[in-house]
Amino acid sequence: MLKDKKVIIIGDRDGIPAPAIEECVKTVGAEVVFAATECFV
Amino acid sequence: MDLENQKRVLDLSEKYGKENIAVILGTSEAESAGLTAETVTAGDPTYAGPLAGVSLGLRVYHMFELKDQVDANVYDEQCGMMEMVLDVDAINNEVKSIRDQYCQFKD
Repeated sequence: MLKDKKVIIIGDRDGIPAPAIEECVKTVGAEVVFAATECFV
Repeated sequence: MDLENQKRVLDLSEKYGKENIAVILGTSEAESAGLTAETVTAGDPTYAGPLAGVSLGLRVYHMFELKDQVDANVYDEQCGMMEMVLDVDAINNEVKSIRDQYCQFKD
């Protein structure tokens, strides 16, 4: 599903922040091309 | 979704090709997950940002949906706590619903 994909991460300060998602995504061989943590409140 | 981030999503989609992109969300509520998913598929529902009227149709998932795809130990370490306190089913159902309606790539 994610292998060889260019991944854009939109994290959430009150949910899962971008760096946490990035750590997970790196385990499946996807390339993170942009990562940001938003505040949705 | 932040207007600057909308611009980045648009630029990266043009640079790498929509078919090669996956957007992964970490939103804490179903509503915000749905709005963000809609923004990167059907276009900005608030008509405020660069993705207003732009239907990218990107693959979009919430991190919770990818639990079985990634390393279990890393997932537990990074996401385990939030998985316990957030409404995972509601979030996942909302993002899947938007993906089923608007994603251009059915794989």
